Amino acid sequence: MKKLIVLSLAVALIASCGQNKSTDNSIADAGSKAATTDAATTDANPSYDPHRGEGKFTKVELAATLDAAKADGGKKVYDVKCGACHKLTDEKLVGPGWSGVTSRHAPEWIMNFITNTDAMINKDPKAQAQLEICLVRMPNQNLTDDDARNLLEFMRKNDGVK
Amino acid sequence: MKSMKQYAFAVAALALILGMQSCKPKSAGSAVSGDAAAKVYVAPGKYDEFYNFVSGGFSGQMSVYGIPSGRLLKVVPIFSVNPENGYGYSEETKPMLNTSHGFIPWDDQHHLDLSQTDGNIDGRWIFANANNTPRVARVDLSTFHTAEIIELPNSGGNHSSPFITENTEYVVAGTRFSVPPDDKNGDVPINTYKQNFKGTISFISVGKEDGKMDIAFQLQCPGVNFDLSHAGKGKSHGWFFFSCYNTEQANTLLEVNASKRDKDFIMAVNWKKAEEYLKAGKGKKQAVKYAHNVYNEKTHTATSEIRTEVTVLDTKELKDICYFIPCPKSPHGCDVDPTGEYIVGSGKLAALIPVFSFDKIQKAIADKAYEGDYDGIPVIKYEAALYGEVKKPGLGPLHTEFDGKGNAITSFFVSSEIVKWNIKDLKVLDRAPTYYSVGHLCIPGGDTKTPNAKYVIAYNKITKDRYLPTGPELAQSAQLYDISGDKMQLILDFPTIGEPHYAQAVAASVIRDRSVKFFKIEDNANAFVSKGEGTTKVIRTGNKVDVYMTAIRSHLTPDNIEGIRMGDDVYFHVTNIEQDWDVPHGFAIKGATTGELLIMPGETATLKWTPDRVGIFPFYCTDFCSALHQEMSGYARVSPAGSTVPLTFSTGTNQPKADSTAAGTK
Repeated sequence: MKKLIVLSLAVALIASCGQNKSTDNSIADAGSKAATTDAATTDANPSYDPHRGEGKFTKVELAATLDAAKADGGKKVYDVKCGACHKLTDEKLVGPGWSGVTSRHAPEWIMNFITNTDAMINKDPKAQAQLEICLVRMPNQNLTDDDARNLLEFMRKNDGVK
Repeated sequence: MKSMKQYAFAVAALALILGMQSCKPKSAGSAVSGDAAAKVYVAPGKYDEFYNFVSGGFSGQMSVYGIPSGRLLKVVPIFSVNPENGYGYSEETKPMLNTSHGFIPWDDQHHLDLSQTDGNIDGRWIFANANNTPRVARVDLSTFHTAEIIELPNSGGNHSSPFITENTEYVVAGTRFSVPPDDKNGDVPINTYKQNFKGTISFISVGKEDGKMDIAFQLQCPGVNFDLSHAGKGKSHGWFFFSCYNTEQANTLLEVNASKRDKDFIMAVNWKKAEEYLKAGKGKKQAVKYAHNVYNEKTHTATSEIRTEVTVLDTKELKDICYFIPCPKSPHGCDVDPTGEYIVGSGKLAALIPVFSFDKIQKAIADKAYEGDYDGIPVIKYEAALYGEVKKPGLGPLHTEFDGKGNAITSFFVSSEIVKWNIKDLKVLDRAPTYYSVGHLCIPGGDTKTPNAKYVIAYNKITKDRYLPTGPELAQSAQLYDISGDKMQLILDFPTIGEPHYAQAVAASVIRDRSVKFFKIEDNANAFVSKGEGTTKVIRTGNKVDVYMTAIRSHLTPDNIEGIRMGDDVYFHVTNIEQDWDVPHGFAIKGATTGELLIMPGETATLKWTPDRVGIFPFYCTDFCSALHQEMSGYARVSPAGSTVPLTFSTGTNQPKADSTAAGTK
């Protein structure tokens, strides 16, 4: 019973959180972005590509081998901005463990998700499924494009790319 | 203050009973017309058109409202401690409230002035005065943080402050209560005011790029009460105008003894001339003591330094800096029109408004059209400086703002009204009642070269029946008038914090886009920052325990701490490692006498805790941050002095021993 209350409370919070976020987004252009979000939730946006996600990254070129310098840069970002919630194993902490993440998602999806977090949580089916498990919206940690690329390389290293 | 208010209200009431034409407020119902609601309605999720920065009076803080809705957006702590966000309680912010008298938790904040470039609001900073223990503060409008506070030596009651010059070259401060200079023996009989008391005007320079304040020089002036001030602009740039009362130099029962003379003064200050004297080495170094406090946005930490010297220019010896202009009946407001030509003095006991001409003042000085001198300062003949008088405008004029269309709006305390008049022909154009006993006025940009005169806001001194009763103490009331047409139209009442005095307003676009959303964790240079959970730790140095802690939705690291002992001082250095807008975390621990912390994303703040007993002490996040906010908590264990419990800290690993019995299964 208690769990049910907690769960329904949590769901209510997520719902209200979502509304808050669309207000946040409306800074530059009050109203129009909120409308976009509404449209997305009613699935009226057939152009959404669940493989790539939504964001500025359309094509990420990956080498067959690891770029060690990028991976080191990614580790530094991980230590400051990600490690509080994500383990490198498959164990869930606040968010899912990172082991295997590069085989679960396309590189474009990962880079879009970690840089355009709110929009993706609002419309991406995989992100929404994850939110139902974790119940904490992943914060946008305001990564630079380089940070995001380096993190991706660090994830690849974690997944065994040499 | 209350008794003064009651007295004033009684005067107002009496005036009403006597049926004076100008003192007949209509009923509130008839004063508000049909379209008022539409004019102030700002739809949910939409923004107000203007920011309104309102002084907090005896609250010591500044409040920020949206106009036209009158919605309270923020209270910025400046001169008073603010347990709500830890200002004045956290180790990082305590130095902001340091003074030569030590830490002071409160002051009386009266006036605000937005920084200007070329006489127009530039949106960078807003300055605030402290009236009781004389200080001036600078608030950074990208963070809405108090960035700097400077104390003023040789001063009592810093009232005619913090008004600025048109390029923010200087922010000024003046003594409302003259006192003996700080380097003289102050142990003198109070009734030797005339011999021993001096008035001081401070010119505080403001760094062009960084805004840093420094007392450039002080002007030693006769001992009178300097009340309000405004800088010249345009043609009168280089001059500053101060109202003064108590030219009787009374030291007791000022209500009677400082109201004897028919005229007091507006003091005109040629600060360019003062700069010349300063450059020529005419200033005298004086040994004093004052605090200068600076908040650093990189270290998220304030530092306080005690300074020991100030340069003073004696205006009795150094001619051509100061001139007195007679002004009727204890002048209060001293306001300069957008062209810089007209200086409006408001004698608070007068039934007229004198308007002085800058050109005529210059000519009077050139012609030496003086009626004598006052304590060595030339007194210009009233008629030689006067442009004209607004006749019978109302009772008790206090403050004037300008609409940039050739008109002025003046507040009338005694007759409870605002009056619009034309500057050129000095004719009254319109009047509107206020509820009740209006003090200051604010038109967006109303003291700049280019007012944005859509609204005027009246800040009233008496509230009485305007809101639902809340016991003897009531919120002060502000009132918004639409002044876009010929007639001023009352469209909204809104309550304010503390007691509002002078306020500023500016188009939202000037401020909005500069607003910082979070602090970059990479740039955090706090001495105790934790950049990521991997760097969290607990370090004991003798009896000092430093806890390097991180906060992120939804846990604190470390969240189990053992090995703290009685006699320890524990410092929780909490870094919020979120990097998104509007995700503060709070931190509080049971029994802390130091309040709590509210930590913005990317910021580090420190709470000192001195445990007073042995036991287990819960700590938690105080700002609802996520669905698992209620889980964002931890425990600190305090053992007796000399205990051998080792110092340990962890998150997620301090699990029950395998053989321990589960609760409730005995």
